[in-house]
Amino acid sequence: MQDFKFDTMPSNTADQSPDSSTTGMSLKDTELTLGLPGEAQVVIVGGKSCSKRGYSDTVDFRFRCCSGESSAKAEQVDWPGNEISGPGKAPDSKAQVVGWPPVRSVRKKALKSCKYVKVAVDGAPYLRKVDLEVHRSYQQLLMALETMFDCFTISSNDLEESKIMNPVNGAEYVPTYEDKDGDWMLVGDVPWNMFVESCKRVRLMKSSEAIGLAPRTPSCTSTT
Amino acid sequence: MGYSFPEEVLEHVLSFIDSDSDRNSVSLVCKSWHDIERWCRRRLFVGNCYAVSPAIAIRRFPELRSVSLKGKPHFADFNLVPHEWGGYAYPWIAAFAKAYPWLEELRLKRMVVSDEALELIAKKFKNFRVLVMYSCEGFSTDGLATIAANCRNLKELDLSESEVDDVSGNWLSQFPDSYTSLESLNITSLSSEIRFSALERLVGRCPNLKTLKLSHSVPLDLLPNLLQKAPQLVELGSGLHTKEVHPDLYSKLAGAFSGCKGLKRLCGLQDVVPSYLPTLYPICVGLTSLNLSDAPIQCPELIKLVSQCQNLQRLWVLDYIEDTGLNALAESCKDLRELRVFPSDPFGQEPNVSLTEQGLVSVSAGCPKLHSVLYFCRRMSNVALSTIARNRPNLTHFRLCIIERFRPDYITLEPLDVGFGAIVEHCKDLKRLSLSGLLTDRVFEYIGSHGKKLEMLSLAFAGDSDLGLHHVLSGCKSLRKLEIRDCPFGDKALLANAAKLETMRSLWMSACQVSYRACKLLGQKMPRLNVEVIAEQGHPDSSPDEYPVEKLYIYRTVSGPRSDMPSFVWTMDKNSALSSS
Repeated sequence: MQDFKFDTMPSNTADQSPDSSTTGMSLKDTELTLGLPGEAQVVIVGGKSCSKRGYSDTVDFRFRCCSGESSAKAEQVDWPGNEISGPGKAPDSKAQVVGWPPVRSVRKKALKSCKYVKVAVDGAPYLRKVDLEVHRSYQQLLMALETMFDCFTISSNDLEESKIMNPVNGAEYVPTYEDKDGDWMLVGDVPWNMFVESCKRVRLMKSSEAIGLAPRTPSCTSTT
Repeated sequence: MGYSFPEEVLEHVLSFIDSDSDRNSVSLVCKSWHDIERWCRRRLFVGNCYAVSPAIAIRRFPELRSVSLKGKPHFADFNLVPHEWGGYAYPWIAAFAKAYPWLEELRLKRMVVSDEALELIAKKFKNFRVLVMYSCEGFSTDGLATIAANCRNLKELDLSESEVDDVSGNWLSQFPDSYTSLESLNITSLSSEIRFSALERLVGRCPNLKTLKLSHSVPLDLLPNLLQKAPQLVELGSGLHTKEVHPDLYSKLAGAFSGCKGLKRLCGLQDVVPSYLPTLYPICVGLTSLNLSDAPIQCPELIKLVSQCQNLQRLWVLDYIEDTGLNALAESCKDLRELRVFPSDPFGQEPNVSLTEQGLVSVSAGCPKLHSVLYFCRRMSNVALSTIARNRPNLTHFRLCIIERFRPDYITLEPLDVGFGAIVEHCKDLKRLSLSGLLTDRVFEYIGSHGKKLEMLSLAFAGDSDLGLHHVLSGCKSLRKLEIRDCPFGDKALLANAAKLETMRSLWMSACQVSYRACKLLGQKMPRLNVEVIAEQGHPDSSPDEYPVEKLYIYRTVSGPRSDMPSFVWTMDKNSALSSS
């Protein structure tokens, strides 16, 4: 059918994407961005690491400025109890993109012992699976989750706390996980390796439902 | 009015025609040939399980014995297809249970298979022989137990790359003692412990067992016993994990391998201790296929092993092989037809091995029969690609993955358009191509003008504008599958080439610039396409029509919109209204 003629001049796709520049697509525009399509890019800014938190606090992380191809240097992850592999080794300086490089997850499993857990987000109709072995820190895990689930962002607040929130409805989420004993715990309470070992699945729970969830308490109330 | 060709004669002639495309041609000759052909077709291949319904397939082919089905799009392998997207095998199996009580073979790829579906297979098909579930999910070892307990004539059970809910390793014991017909077993994806004694007994009583591929939970010290029971093996996959090295075990293993004189294909070798590798040397010369992509072997042991496999036709290996190893490969393995080099550290920022484009250039020069390449590396140049193209015009599959996105030619810093252009220009029989690196619309111009036999094209982070997509859709006459992610392709090329989509199996586009409006239009204008929009953020109507859709999957179908879509998939239908099941 020839309802649509295609002119052979390089097309200007500016009218199709609110984000593209008027002179055509730049490389940057093709990158995955965080946040809803059409919105301004959300940038994660660094948060300060801290040691103790109350149960209602969300997990604190240090993030680097993550605007794709920028050469922002990774800040050191300074998580208590977190084993840093190699002296002063910084985490990956580029945001990990879903499905790139195109290595099958089964193949990834073969290179390390596999540790796939299901991740559910309250309010999202679908599950994801994430391989905890691929990541080396809570920070990397959360970043991976962020690219997997486009419905929330991780923002910082006075560089003290970072919050996971859904910009659409303003809901805040608390990352929780079910451990080997069937208890629901807050993500981030135990050293990373211990977490990888004991985590059975992850749930990003709405903050409003996380009341009563205390760290390291056996047989705590878990919400539906 | 001439004589009439007797049906029986035609049927007999047709029984020699296996290829699907030949049979399809036969069925187009005339009505009576169409009728005769459909009654005597025994094998069916359905490349997209939603392109046709079970009912239509059954109505046309009443006497099938073997069916192959594919479900999810290829990009599901890389986590780009949401988890509950679809591809359910149960409706097919349930329909077949009624229509084909004599069904013998089912081969499923990227489908969701439930234990209930497996139970149907086990109980409804009296002469069931072959079950292959490649990259499937949704079933557990309980389903396998039912198959083992009931399928008396099972020859082949293959679960490669499938995700199995490992409830227990005891399902193997469900094969009755009277069961002896196993010829091929592939359980590499199972991670729980298998009852090894059951496996040993099973192997011992199946004299026709040719293929045995196990998960790495099989301990090394029990492997020699197993091999001694099956010296007729042609294909073996096994981890070689052991806690400690001892000379006794070494000689036992060496003896057992030497006893397998017919061994041609070897894979697995997870956790292998390098000092055990020499036990394999005696069988190397007989190997035609070696898959070391799960093995942590590094140079120089790796080179030593591979150089002894002078009759190797297929090698899958990690980039531990490095350029030096590939040079050695080019020297030793002159019969090599297929090479796949996988990254050992795909997410690392710095190269951890010395593997560059040079290795691939060497192999392309040294191995005249090389026709299929999959290569992960961290740098490439136009001159290397051109050299490869000139060396190997017989390439049919060329998949190159430069790990960092948007990487230009590392020498000239230009895009890699010209290099890939050389590939499509010189390799006239190229059927499959995957691109990477920095690429402009120009590469698509080359592909459109030269890629006349290209059937499958995979694009990521490439191109500048709709012109790129237009070149591909208008130029590649044989294109069947096109999968695109993160490219700046929008509405124009898609709508201008809408008719082309009906000649293809499927088109996947994610993180591109196709607007919701264009999807609706396409769905409206093309009733024989399913235009499926995947929107995990919420109903696409909640954003303006001009906004790009997250993911788009378009495929031709004779069965209309599917009825099993999850809540985040919408089909654009004829009435231009949203239809979601």
